[in-house]
Formats: sequence, C-alpha cells, structure tokens
Amino acid sequence: MEAEGHKLRTRNLRKTYGYVEALADASIKVSEGEFLTLLGPSGSGKTTMLMAIAGLNEPDSGDIWIDGKLATHLPSFQRDIGMVFQNYALFPHMTIFENIAFPLQMRKMDSGKIRESVGRVLETVKLPDLANRMPGELSGGQQQRIALARAFVYEPSIILMDEPLGALDKKLRDHLQLEIKHLHGALGITVLYVTHDQEEAMVMSDRICLMNDARIEQIGTPDELYFQPATVFAADFLGESNLMDGTVMKANRKEMVVSGPGETTIRGLHNPELKPGDKCKLMVRPECISVLNGKARSDNSIAGTLKDMIITGAVTKSFIELPGGGEIRTTELTRGPLATASLGQEIKLGWPSERTVILKAADPSS
Amino acid sequence: MSISASTTEAPPRRARKSALLRYWPLYPAFLFLGFFFLYPVILLLGLSFVDNQGALTGEHYSRLVASSTYLKVLMITLKIAGWTTVIAILAGYPVAYLLATVKTSTRNRLIIWVLMPFWTSFLVRTFAWIVLLGRKGALNQWLEALGLVDQPVAMIFNFAGVMIGMVHALMPLCILTMLSVMENIDTNLTKAASTLGARGGQAFWRIYFPLSVPGIAAGGMLVFITALGFFITPALLGGARETMIVQVIIFNIQEVLNWGFAGAIAVLLLVAVLIIFYLYDRLLGLSTLSGESSLAAQSSSRANPFSRLGKFLGGLFIEAMASICEKAGAFYDHIFPRKANRPSRRHSRRVIWGAGLAIIGFLALPALFIIPVSFTEAGFLSWPPEGFSLKWYEGVFESNVWFRAALRSFIVAIFAAFLGMCIGVPAAFLLVRQSFLGKAAVFAFLVSPIIIPNIIIAVSLFYLYSKLGLTGTTVGLILGHTVLAIPYVVITVMAVLKNYDVRLDQAAWTLGASKLKTLWLVTFPLVRAGMIAAFMFAFIISFDELTIALFVTGGEVTTLPKQMWDDALLRVSPTLAAVATLLLLFMSGVILGSEFLRRRSKQMG
Repeated sequence: MEAEGHKLRTRNLRKTYGYVEALADASIKVSEGEFLTLLGPSGSGKTTMLMAIAGLNEPDSGDIWIDGKLATHLPSFQRDIGMVFQNYALFPHMTIFENIAFPLQMRKMDSGKIRESVGRVLETVKLPDLANRMPGELSGGQQQRIALARAFVYEPSIILMDEPLGALDKKLRDHLQLEIKHLHGALGITVLYVTHDQEEAMVMSDRICLMNDARIEQIGTPDELYFQPATVFAADFLGESNLMDGTVMKANRKEMVVSGPGETTIRGLHNPELKPGDKCKLMVRPECISVLNGKARSDNSIAGTLKDMIITGAVTKSFIELPGGGEIRTTELTRGPLATASLGQEIKLGWPSERTVILKAADPSS
Repeated sequence: MSISASTTEAPPRRARKSALLRYWPLYPAFLFLGFFFLYPVILLLGLSFVDNQGALTGEHYSRLVASSTYLKVLMITLKIAGWTTVIAILAGYPVAYLLATVKTSTRNRLIIWVLMPFWTSFLVRTFAWIVLLGRKGALNQWLEALGLVDQPVAMIFNFAGVMIGMVHALMPLCILTMLSVMENIDTNLTKAASTLGARGGQAFWRIYFPLSVPGIAAGGMLVFITALGFFITPALLGGARETMIVQVIIFNIQEVLNWGFAGAIAVLLLVAVLIIFYLYDRLLGLSTLSGESSLAAQSSSRANPFSRLGKFLGGLFIEAMASICEKAGAFYDHIFPRKANRPSRRHSRRVIWGAGLAIIGFLALPALFIIPVSFTEAGFLSWPPEGFSLKWYEGVFESNVWFRAALRSFIVAIFAAFLGMCIGVPAAFLLVRQSFLGKAAVFAFLVSPIIIPNIIIAVSLFYLYSKLGLTGTTVGLILGHTVLAIPYVVITVMAVLKNYDVRLDQAAWTLGASKLKTLWLVTFPLVRAGMIAAFMFAFIISFDELTIALFVTGGEVTTLPKQMWDDALLRVSPTLAAVATLLLLFMSGVILGSEFLRRRSKQMG
C-alpha cells in the first residue's frame, strides 16, 4: 500500500545493538487522528521503535514515512513530530513560557504569534497562570501537562509519547489518562503512545500494537486484543485469562471441537492455523464463566471444587480446582450467584463457545 | 544519649556534655588544623601589621602601594592566572563534553589519561616540557628537520612556556569539575530540543551550554585561584618577565628576611582569593562547587543585579552562537541536502572526538618524553638522545643524596597520609552522617588548606616552626604535609560515604551488632576501596609536595621534590631525567597497585 492516507507508516524496521536484536520486522500504520499504543513488557522493543520514529536512533534497515514523506534517516529536527518524554525533559533553565515557545522560535514564528499560541495552549491544558514559573517549581502533574502543551503547540503531524505517566502516582495517572484522551479527541491529533501498563493502553487507545521480544505480536482494537488474542502471549499479557491444554478433535468453518482437561469436550472459535490432531491452548476470560445451577446448560461446561473466594471490591474472584489437576478462575460481581456457595463444594461452570479462543500451543521450548 | 537525657534524673549539665561529646570526631581535625594551620596563618598575617620592634605599623602596606613593582607583579600574576583559566576552560570543555556523552566504560578508560598529569610529579612534567620544547628540544628538532623553521623557536622561558606548563597542570582539575556538572545534565533534554525542531548546534547552545555554565564557573574559579599561588612552573618555564607574586614572597623571606613585608604580600594574595570567592558566591552560590543543586542556586540569585547582567550578556552570546550554528547548518544542508533514505554522517561527533583525543594526548603524552632522554650519553638534555648509556642511573644510585631524599619523602608521605586518615576519616563520617548547624562552615574550614595558596601555609609553618624548633625536622615536615592531606582525605571519604547505604548499618544493629562491631564488620569492609583511594591520594599529595618542603626543611634535610628543585635551579641535566623516570615508574606502580587493591576489594564486596 502507498504511504498516503497514513500519518505514520513504518515498514520492516529492524535495529540491533551488538548481537542483541532490539526490534525486528516492525511494520505499523497510523491513520490521521488515531491513538495507537505500543504495549509490551520492558525489553520488548517498543521504546526502540518509538526512538527510531523520533529520529533518536538509526534503524539498521526498514523505512519510516511521516505524513507521506520518507523520513527514515532524517534528523529529528527535520521530522514533523512532537515528543513527550517519560521525565518530561522540560528545559530547567527556561520558564514555562520559554519552554513552550522554544519549538515556535525554532520555526521562526514572529514573537506576537508565539505569545498568542503559547497563551492558547496553556489555556488548553488549564494552566494559564504558570507562564513565568520555572519547571522545577511545578508539580509532576503540572510538568506533564506543560510537556504535552510543548509537544502540540506547533501542531506536528504526530505526537510520540514515551511512558509519559510512568512517574506519577496512581490517582493522578488515572486522571491524566482521561485528560490526554480528551485532548486527543478535542484537538484531533495523531498519537503514538508507549506504555507497559495494559490497563492504560486499554483505557486510552483506538488501537493497540502489542509487542514481545522485539517483534509485533498483534495489532488491533482493545476489544479485539482482549477477546480475540492471536497468541498465548497476548492472551496472558492483557487482563486475566484461563489457559487450558487441549487437542483439536474436529474443525468446521465456524467452530472447533477440542478435547480439554479431564475428558471434557470444549467448543471454541475456529482458528485457521490449527487442524485436527494439533496440540492447542484454550483461553477463556474469568468474567465469561458462570455457575450452572440445576438444569442450566451452556456450550461448554466443566465441574470442580471451590477452593477459594476473594472479594476485591466490586468483583469477587473464585478459584475452582479441576479433578484432573489445574485450576479455573472466575470473576463475578460481588454478591453474585457464587456468594452462597461454601468452600469445598462441588460446582459446575459453563461458558459460551464464542468466548472460547483456541490458540496454537506456545513453542515447545517455552 | 537521647534515652539517658529523657530519664527522670538526667540533669541538664549531663545533656549538654553529651551534645559536646557527640561531635568528638571533629575535635582532632579542629585541634590539628587550628594549631598547624589557622594559628600560624593568623600569626603571619599579623606580622604584616607590626614593624621590627613589634609596634603596630602600616609601613609594609604603604611600601606595597608606593612601589609600582608590586602592582606590576600582581597584574602579571592576574594576567597569567586569567589566561590559564581561559585556555583551560576552552580546551577542557570539549574533553569534558566528550567524557559526559560517551558510554560509561569508554569514559572510565579516557579519564585515566586525563588524570595522567595528576599522577606524574609536577616537576617531572615540567622537565618533560623542557625536553620537548627547549631550544634543542624534540619539537624544534622536528620543525627544523621538516624545514618549517631555520632556527629554533623560543617556546619556553617566556609567556608561552608558562601558559603551556600551567594549562597542562591545571586542565585536569577544570575538566573534572565541568564533568561533574555535565554528568547531571539529562541527556533527554538535547533529544527533546531536537524533536522540537532544534538543529544539533542550536540544541547545544540553547540547552546544553547554559546548563553546563555552573561547571564552567566552578572549574574556572578553581583553576584561577590555584594558578594565583603557582610559582614552580613560572620559575622553571618562564622568563624574568613572568615573575609571579609568590616568587616575590619567597624572595622576601629567603633573601631579604623581611617577614612583615612577605606577610603583607600574602595578605594581598589572600584578599584576591577571597574576593574571587565572594564574587563567585554572589553569582552562582558556593553550593554549585559540589556540582549539585545549581538550579536552586540560580533561581535564588535571580534578583541580584550581578547575575542579571551576566544573564543578559550570556543570553546575547548564546543567541549569537545559536544563530551562527543555525545558519551554518542550514547552509551546509543547502549544499549537501539530507537524504531521508540514507544514514547521514555525523561530522560534529567526529570533530569532538578529534579535538578531545588531541587534548587528552596533550595531557597524557609529554611525560613520556623524559624516558628516552634519561638514557643519553650526552652531558645535557637534548633531542634525540645520543647513544645509550646507564651512567645517569648509576650516578643516581651511587649518590647518597638522592637515596636519602627518596627515603625521607617515602617516610614522610606514609606518616602524613596515615595521620591525615586518622584525623580526616572521623570528621568525614560525622559530616556525612549528621546534620547540624554550621555544617557548611565546618566543611569549608576542613578543606580550606587546599583553597588557601600553599605558599601562605608554607611560610606560616616556617615561622611557627622557627619558634618551636621544628624547622629542618622530619616531624615538622610530616605535620605540615598532614595539613594538606586532611582536605583530600575528607573530600574523598565523604564522596564514598555519600554512596553508602546507611540501611546496611541499621540492618546490622537490628541483627544485634554493636555500633563498633558494625563499623568494623560491615561499614569498613564496604568502604575499603574508598579508604585506600583516600590514603593513596594523601600519599601522592605529600610525596609530590614541594612548597612546604622548600621552607620547613630549612636546607638541612631534603625530600625528593626539593632535591629535584635544587638541582633544576642549577641545571636541568640528564640526572634529573633519570630521577624523573624512576619517579614515573614508582608512581605508576603505586597507582596500579592501589587500582589492583581497589578492584580486588570490589570483587569481594
């Protein structure tokens, strides 16, 4: 596909440090106005990718287009990007005004317009009175907003954010997540965001690019990644999941039948990569599992012993031991059907086949 | 202590006593520096206000002002120190920048070479410059061989010689001070500037450079005040016109025996140093000297008119440099447009590496020239050395004078370093572990012997010793060198202790170890490497010391540096080159040995 129509596009980016492969075969496309998050554990290559796009490291091979223009080896200052750093990187010897005016001065805007623009973005981030302060005098949350203002004051094609909320405490982080999301919507900016926090990625992103071991694992909407993970890693990394071993028995266009733990037969979504006889993993989210009382039936069902129940607040987690070994976790609203059950009791669980994902078993090595 | 104070019967007197006891680690340092540093310096300065009969007089000062000679010497001194500072900063900055922006492993490897002049005795270095730059020196021989000059160029025994020698001696200090500030500059700031649209040069001038200014100021000030007290380099590498103020003090004491007048000149020197400190404090705050909290200091002194003017001029300078870089960069891009599909070469980085390595070469290599010259057959220092002969070494080993001088230097350095540790280590522990009123003042007092020009301490001690009968004794020499060793011990040990996790001690206490046991079994083993470094530092300071030795030995006993100095004043001969080579070998051995010990104790830790 041609580069037009995408604010950012990378093709087969690759970067090595010595013998260590930090990024391999990374191709993404980000549309105008989109919020794409690079999500992954540390060392998964997400920051390497962001730095390559920012022009702060040179990829060994592959291409980068920003707003339709080839930018692979252009220096940062000639790319049309804005970047928010993890520690904000506000210039400590300049006032807030001077910090935000800096990119405009670099673009030789006249001083009247600069004052106007800086005033406007300070309004946007709701900190209009701080123009003459020094960065060191601001709180972490305020510095964060100033860093944001500095990155979008010159309306770059794309704004890159490298774990911008990493240093803040939980409450402030939750608050700023929503604020950034709103700013993104209000200003129509295109954002490439990096985080290792899966909840943050789910809250903020239009799409998530999940990375693992220097490679892109899966790209999709938060919903797709959560309910249709493509790999065991994706299933495990995002949210909680029950993963069970199985072997494919039958497959038709829509469904697959798999022999699951303890002689059970389980139906799940079709996976074209698998054929009858293959080893596989079954994945079902804890909140999709319900207790089957009396004659109630479900696509899939399994019996076990209730081992433990933990109230975490709005939801209660239950742990059910299967007869052949193994364990299933369920999540239900506190004071739900299981509330009356007692520990040690035999329980029958059920879940629908369209919530059962059948995945290729991970490499035999792992 | 606090428990006993809170029990019902504890009388207030006991509480006060315990508060005094709490500061015992400072007392040895206070007593020692008080008697062997503060008291004699005050005595000397006091001498400048009395005449021969002991009556109060201003005659020394009126003489100082009346003759234009002294004003001229002061101006020459300021000029030499000023130029040394400017050159050390200009040449040192690229090296510090290079060190601050390379990988840690590369940095550690390069720093060894930067510190080379620190390790080699300054007399060895000075002789090396004579070998290298003299009329028959290596450089002149090469220039003539290449046909670039017809006759030898006068590179030493003039202003240029003094500059080369002094810059070479003081640049490492400047580099390390600037580096300590640069290391704390967040590397993301330059990257951020780049993503915001700043070209490399602009990002440097607008972001990096302003943030490194406290380092330049601190390094510059340290070089300047140290340069004010120099006399060895100008005496050996300069001509008659490069007489510095310290040389006048020496002349007045050794030749004219006019103590009062020497004291008056010392006061002049001291006042100059204090004025510089005051200005520095007003502009940047003394706290920036340690390389930390420079921004807090900046914002607190923002209202001050001095720094306003400085800020304004600095702003203009930065603006000018940034726009020059911007224009030059744009022009370059115009001729060689950036290719988006091809990696671009980073010329600027190569230039910095080139400049940095050249300057590091200037710092590290000259001392090596002394070695071949020591094997010459000729009776004078010349390049290239003629033939091969060990006769100069035989001469050194057969002579009792050199052996005795070396032995005394060794003994004095061992004892001075040991005494310095005994006095300095407890004080360093207290300064790091406790916070109390006047801590900054205590620290300033303990390190003041390295800020006050050595000559003032030397002359003061000479005066004190002449009354105590310590002149010309080994003990007097040890005590004098201990004064200089204490600040180095305090600074080194404090730096080590600041990185020490106190929770390890607390863990030991909760596990049942007494305070003393904890110190012995936990703290000391962990800071051993730092302790060894402090001891070696103190040892080298004493082993290499000339100024105090020059005065308090009174010509009766001699140390290695003093013997070399006396010889050098007569004639710089191959004998000196042989001694210098041996000294170079010995110092390298000491440093490699301490590095080995440090590594070994690190592995154990």
